[in-house]
Amino acid sequence: MTAALRHAGYVLGENPVTGFAFALFFLFVLCGVLGPSLAPYHPLASDTALALTGPSAAHWFGTDQLGRDIFSRVVVATRLDLGIAATSVALAFGIGTLLGLAAGYCGGWIDRIVGRVVDTIMAFPLFVLAMGIVVALGNSVANIIYATAIINLPIYARLARAEANVRRDAGFVEAARLCGNGEARIVLAQLLPNIMPLMVVQVSLTLGYAILNAAGLSFIGLGVRPPTAEWGIMVAEGANFIVSGEWWVALFPGLVLMGAVFCFNLMGDGLRDIVDPLRRT
Amino acid sequence: MSPDNRPVPLLAVEDLAVEFRTRSGTVRALDGIGFGLRRGETLALVGESGSGKSVTAYAIMGILDPAARITSGRIVFGGLDLLQAGEKAMAEMRGRELAIIFQNPRTALNPIHPVGRQIADILIRHGNVTAAQAPRRAVEMLAKVRIPDPQRRAAAYPFELSGGMCQRVMIAMALACEPALLIADEPTTGLDITTQAVIMDLIAELAASQHMATLLITHDLGLASEYCDRIAVMHAGHLVEMAPTPLLFAAPRHPYTAKLIAATPAEASHLGRLAAIPGSLPDLRRADLPACRYSERCERVTSDCQEMPLLRLTAADGRQFACRHPL
Amino acid sequence: MSADRPVLAVTGLRKLYPMGKMRGVSRGAAASLLHAVDGVSFAIGHGETVGLVGESGCGKSTLARLLARLIDPTEGTIQLEDEEISAVPARRFGRSPLRAQIQMVFQDATDSLNPRFTAFRAIADPLLRLRRLSHAALRARVEEAARLTGLPQELLTRFPHQLSGGQKARVGIARAIAVEPRVLILDEPTSALDVSVQVVILQLLAELRQRLDLSYLFVSHDLNVVRLLCDRILVMYLGHIVESGPAGRLFAAPAHPYTQALLSAVPKIGSCGRQQRIGLPGEPRSPIDPAPDICPFYGRCSRATELCKSAMPPLRDIAPGRHAVCHFPIVEAAGAGADSPVAVAIA
Repeated sequence: MTAALRHAGYVLGENPVTGFAFALFFLFVLCGVLGPSLAPYHPLASDTALALTGPSAAHWFGTDQLGRDIFSRVVVATRLDLGIAATSVALAFGIGTLLGLAAGYCGGWIDRIVGRVVDTIMAFPLFVLAMGIVVALGNSVANIIYATAIINLPIYARLARAEANVRRDAGFVEAARLCGNGEARIVLAQLLPNIMPLMVVQVSLTLGYAILNAAGLSFIGLGVRPPTAEWGIMVAEGANFIVSGEWWVALFPGLVLMGAVFCFNLMGDGLRDIVDPLRRT
Repeated sequence: MSPDNRPVPLLAVEDLAVEFRTRSGTVRALDGIGFGLRRGETLALVGESGSGKSVTAYAIMGILDPAARITSGRIVFGGLDLLQAGEKAMAEMRGRELAIIFQNPRTALNPIHPVGRQIADILIRHGNVTAAQAPRRAVEMLAKVRIPDPQRRAAAYPFELSGGMCQRVMIAMALACEPALLIADEPTTGLDITTQAVIMDLIAELAASQHMATLLITHDLGLASEYCDRIAVMHAGHLVEMAPTPLLFAAPRHPYTAKLIAATPAEASHLGRLAAIPGSLPDLRRADLPACRYSERCERVTSDCQEMPLLRLTAADGRQFACRHPL
Repeated sequence: MSADRPVLAVTGLRKLYPMGKMRGVSRGAAASLLHAVDGVSFAIGHGETVGLVGESGCGKSTLARLLARLIDPTEGTIQLEDEEISAVPARRFGRSPLRAQIQMVFQDATDSLNPRFTAFRAIADPLLRLRRLSHAALRARVEEAARLTGLPQELLTRFPHQLSGGQKARVGIARAIAVEPRVLILDEPTSALDVSVQVVILQLLAELRQRLDLSYLFVSHDLNVVRLLCDRILVMYLGHIVESGPAGRLFAAPAHPYTQALLSAVPKIGSCGRQQRIGLPGEPRSPIDPAPDICPFYGRCSRATELCKSAMPPLRDIAPGRHAVCHFPIVEAAGAGADSPVAVAIA
């Protein structure tokens, strides 16, 4: 265990970009966990007298059209956005990986069925599909999560399938059968750990995409409803004010959104280095 | 002609030293390698993995990894120092005067071109053959390496051919322009034993008919003994012994050579006779490598074996060995 | 040879693979069959090491996997000490108590070790699946297996990419012997190793056989290695066993023309200048739908006659314990004693 931690420390120290990405991620997680306690103002507290004031000492990110402190809203929204992203990625990863592993390892009709399902999903422009699912199932956070999970499932299924396919004839799979491992156990205990490094990189990329997806859905009015604080909604509302010169309403949520996606992407490589034993010297 | 009236060597490697710069240190892959090779002669470079035999071959061909640095030495080929020649000159030499065939022939061939086309490409590039004549000459080369039905096989892709056939194609490509020197880097590893025999016989026959010098890289002493006039034994980047083949086996002078022979299954009459070589290769990244890199594994070691420099002796019968206490 | 019941007995084993429909053949035609193993019968006695030699495509890897019960035979039986293990399908064999009795060591140790498992975990795997052991007993058993194979204890926490070729080979062997099998199938265990490492592993295998009372099936293409380790040799060609006999006699005086050609292809130290070689012209016949009344070696054999292409050769007794599948086996020159090694007919 300590060797693993030491290795993690080494990876983070070796590449400053990775270290920075992890630090940023830690900051986001902190905001998500502590949320409301970090916010100086209540996110829904409106003070119309102070509406649309620019960034100042009292309001770091300024105030929006209802006089709410944008900084507080951004911080509180972290929990919602990260939560949506993490849950939907967890679902997509869990289900997609299992389906892909089964398809790649067993072949035959499992492969054909999973293949068709994945092809069908991927035939749609994914964001449009997400929109369609949310419209059909109804506007709620849960449905955003399901929609995002569904559109991200094919990536994991395909990746897991390809990796399982390559490894199903590997020597250690045969050796595992000699040791008395059943097929299910081989897939879960022997193959899955081997494909984890690649899947982990994919997870971090998908997290960024999931956040963008959730924000995008909220931007067009589906999913999370105002007055709930959510980055996408805030950008949508702020877009109305850019032309009239109140740039801060849209910019700061947008920057934080971008920062989160950027951070997850950077983390991907670092995560793979930590998880993959071949990188250990 | 050299002073003792023998023909001047076609290839003369002198005091070659190569280093690799890696993340974990500088690997002193080769140190003080020197040997000569005449036209029509076959020399084997024998050693275990990590001995530096492939590095030597690649250094001669000029295809070392970019992380490699040649820190000293000369490789004189037909009067020209290859290490000083520019990349353009080397590109001219490769294929025309110098040829190499690799281990694992199927992966050394381009998988998306038919084999006839690959031979033709070489002929056009190096052989002063026009594009119109090249296909016919390629088929002739295939026939020369005894591929059955060469006209039809010229249109085949590498994946359609067996390992032995692919190796014959590689030989055809290598010998298309009748080079003066052929380097064969473990050409039969991975091939069946009967195919190995056929391939080696083919190389030997073509080398004889074209009066070509052959440098055979192998870990198989039996193979070396059957096909080569002289054998050079390498250990951890040093050339520890070089002698004509019958002499090497009859009376090895270097302790490592004797141990290597004793570890070869072909030599032993029963399992109890097989002797392992004690110790293991020294880490070539160490700064404190002893002068003789075998000394840490050697039973005959004394304190002056660690002193610089490594003693290289040439015996009266032309043999070379690098040992202070030879057998 | 002891008259005891053999530890492993194979009878009439065949493995046929259906090939896809051939192009040009109508839909209704039956699929072609690839005869990977075509009627193999032999036995391994207690404590015996039987060598299986042959070139690529002869079916020895398939035979090894059939015996290890990784694949199911099309026909024939495999008996492990009176239990017919071929009756249990390969899919279910993992749960049978007999699984631990017959184990395998693979050619490429790198490929046969899970890159994400430490050496300890790799060796413990069969014990976890096939034995009920307490944590402490498991640990003790793994450490003992490591000790028996000469693997230093501190290497048990390493991953395969941190181990040398010889160390990985030892892990593979330790894993195979951890469950105390009766029979060990070794599929070219040293072909990927350096000469000096090979020596150590071969001597280790010989020692283990003695200590643990094992029987080996040693599959290899390296005839020199087989000669040193094996009591008896089976020569395989195109799915058939064409010759079998004690190692020393077989090497000294091969009876089947293929064996003779194989032996003549082996480079020999001290034979400077090339020896006379018995050539094998052409390629092996196709294993797909082979004609049942032509000798598989016909077309490459220098001793062939009309008989060879009109009737499958029978299994002939050349001498006690020696058999060859040939119409005209090479018989020892007259005057040679039964025990003296006769020089093979090569210069």
